[in-house]
Amino acid sequence: MMTFLVRRLAIILPTLVFVSFIIFGLQQLLPGDPALAMAGEERDPDAIAHIRKTLRLDEPIAMRYAYWMAGVVQGDLGISLRIQKPVGELVLQKLPVTLQLAAMAMLVALLIGIPMGMLSAVKNGSAWDYGANVIALWGLSTPNFWLGIMMILLFSVELGWLPASGYVPPAEGLGANLAAMVMPAFVLGNAIAAVMMRHTRSAMLQVLSSDYVRTARAKGLYERAVIGKHAWRNASIPVITLGALEFGQLLSGAVLTEQVFSIPGFGKLIVDAVFNRDYAVVQGVVLCTASAYILLNFLADIAYMLVNPRLRS
Amino acid sequence: MNKTLTAGALALALLAGVGAAPAQTLRIGLAEDPDILDPTLARTFVGRIVFSALCDKLIDITPDLKLVPRLATEWNWSADEKSLTVKLRPDVLFHDGEKLDAAAAKYSLERHLTLPGSFRRAEIRGIKAIEVLDPLTFRIDLEAPFAPLVAQLTDRAGMMVSPKAARAMGDKFGTAPVCTGPFKFVERVAQDRIVLERFEQYWEKDKIHLQRIEYRPIIDNTVRLANLKSGQLDFIERVAATDLDDVRKDRRFKLSSIVELGYQGITINMGNGARAKGPMGNPKVREALELSLDRQALIQVVFNGEFEVGNQWISPGNAAYNKAIPVPKRDVAKARALLREAGHPNPTIEFMVATTGEAQQVAQVIQSMTKEAGFDLKIRATEFASSLKLAEQGDFEIYYLGWSGRTDPDGNLVQFITCGSPNNNSGHCNQEVEKLILASRSTNDLAKRREAWHAIARVTLTDRPIVYLFHRKWFWAYANKVSGLVEYPDGLVRVHGLKVN
Repeated sequence: MMTFLVRRLAIILPTLVFVSFIIFGLQQLLPGDPALAMAGEERDPDAIAHIRKTLRLDEPIAMRYAYWMAGVVQGDLGISLRIQKPVGELVLQKLPVTLQLAAMAMLVALLIGIPMGMLSAVKNGSAWDYGANVIALWGLSTPNFWLGIMMILLFSVELGWLPASGYVPPAEGLGANLAAMVMPAFVLGNAIAAVMMRHTRSAMLQVLSSDYVRTARAKGLYERAVIGKHAWRNASIPVITLGALEFGQLLSGAVLTEQVFSIPGFGKLIVDAVFNRDYAVVQGVVLCTASAYILLNFLADIAYMLVNPRLRS
Repeated sequence: MNKTLTAGALALALLAGVGAAPAQTLRIGLAEDPDILDPTLARTFVGRIVFSALCDKLIDITPDLKLVPRLATEWNWSADEKSLTVKLRPDVLFHDGEKLDAAAAKYSLERHLTLPGSFRRAEIRGIKAIEVLDPLTFRIDLEAPFAPLVAQLTDRAGMMVSPKAARAMGDKFGTAPVCTGPFKFVERVAQDRIVLERFEQYWEKDKIHLQRIEYRPIIDNTVRLANLKSGQLDFIERVAATDLDDVRKDRRFKLSSIVELGYQGITINMGNGARAKGPMGNPKVREALELSLDRQALIQVVFNGEFEVGNQWISPGNAAYNKAIPVPKRDVAKARALLREAGHPNPTIEFMVATTGEAQQVAQVIQSMTKEAGFDLKIRATEFASSLKLAEQGDFEIYYLGWSGRTDPDGNLVQFITCGSPNNNSGHCNQEVEKLILASRSTNDLAKRREAWHAIARVTLTDRPIVYLFHRKWFWAYANKVSGLVEYPDGLVRVHGLKVN
């Protein structure tokens, strides 16, 4: 087990270096001139030249990459040219917001997706199964953007139960914080729940038709034990993989949902930075989210081992 | 069941504290997130809205664009119009308790001129020296007469920053700005909120009734409006034209509006690189393009008729508008004839527009209007930052682009039509216009300046580097409990007199 984990850890560093190449390289493909984009309406050539110099736009790309990486290894992700704040500070400011939104959305997805998927598999071909499938299809086919606006119109404008958008830090009031996050978390979680449900259902169906489940049933075990202990534990492997991937994706920012609900997380930060060509922010945030993604995959590997004894040997 | 639901809803509402805000707190929904809050380095329009509460200016404008004192009580030009003597108000403090005096004013202006990356330098570039005459008086010496200078001092170039704070923070000053405005900076969470609090030592504090202002950037128009309707915001700026009926019907809200200082238009590449050599390089084709447009119909279709048509860089209501050249009527037959005369009866033209829904709609309406005259416009939707670069490089034929507008008509005009100017995407260059621009800038006699602008209009509206289409209106929607708003054509929300009852 240790050898496996060490091997997995060993490929993280080269993966991160590769990711940094891609992030930096792809950003250079963005059309337009970052200095001009930054200047907006104002076109003073001196000011634009200053931005160009600050961004080192006149230097070769390899040099720029080297400067960036030299900063990164020292913990300096650069400075947002648009608002003159260190990118590291912005990341730390947004990280709790994105983490909370991702965690709440995952909770919604797990609470809806897994029980529905299990129910659908256990009651295969019944009205429960069809019902769950219809709900999943709805979740998959409803655009986040539309659902978000509809929820705002219903729960905020019409009923006045929840704030329409914005974010309240937990320190300023846990109630207000949760109220602000309920709708975005539901909108995000709803779509993931549908995917979770489909995966749980197919994994469970496969496991339920296997020999050991038949044997367990033949031994006279309670159905609850058969499903909970034998079937679900084995069926959960692909669901864990999916959960880790979806969570990783949530950490990289739920662009549309954050935009609709004005949640100041990674998604909103990165989109605004791309449109404003705030290179340091784009690079810094993507690097952080990519690292989180890689770390989550590593944690998923550990989770496989915890639930599946065969992998431990 | 019903009781449970109601109790749940009540609990949620209580938890959320829906609509709760301390008395005299004004929550303003902004259409964008401002850039850095440093008057020297700032670039965005939306940042100016925040500055109007945070940083006082030397001079301000009235809603009808007259100049009025703010931090400066008076200003006088020398006989040769190369020196401007400015006298300051005696009782002004910065938010850090430092006194505003002539030395501090000199520091602020010199900071605009010398701080690397300053976007104010170009606005006041003509300044040669600033001399302190006494503690409250300073003189600005110019290299040559430059009439737009006073108007520049009504905006960010005229904002005074605390020398002590600015020296200490350098280019990070914008992360915690210290000015002389009625409100002082409290905090900023990027993309979430900017919070300001009443400055108790403000020199005109009897006109300030608010205790706190929270600016919340919400980019989506529908969501911004939903926040107003649900009570999360008290005030929103830039209401979409298509939402106006909805707001007007709702008795809980008031709506205010005024025509903007800026314009929306089509920039034509007539001299910027190889692509200027196409059909649009021909003046007859440019005239045909303008004649094929029905501006009123365009506004009606895309903006429910809410905006104002125009054909000059200032709106028809502006005192500097040349009434002898009114908005031309659509004349498709003449447009067709002109195209034939030009030898391009069916020119295919690439029409660059930003990717926003509104810009696309405008482009589609223009495309169908001009088709009747024989044009074949190919719409090229381009992400905004990329379109700016393409426009600068001359890689376009016609480009739908607006300008937020400046107090002095000079600010809407000169940089777009002067030979070699960085904002002159069309590549327009006309020596007669250059002379007229010089004439308009070298005198402070408004009548003479207007005369020069009228003459410029006669030339450039024939050259057509830009076909001006319409002027938007600023729309503000706010809860009935908010009162005291005075509409200014620069679109800024001045906080003097604003109340939350």
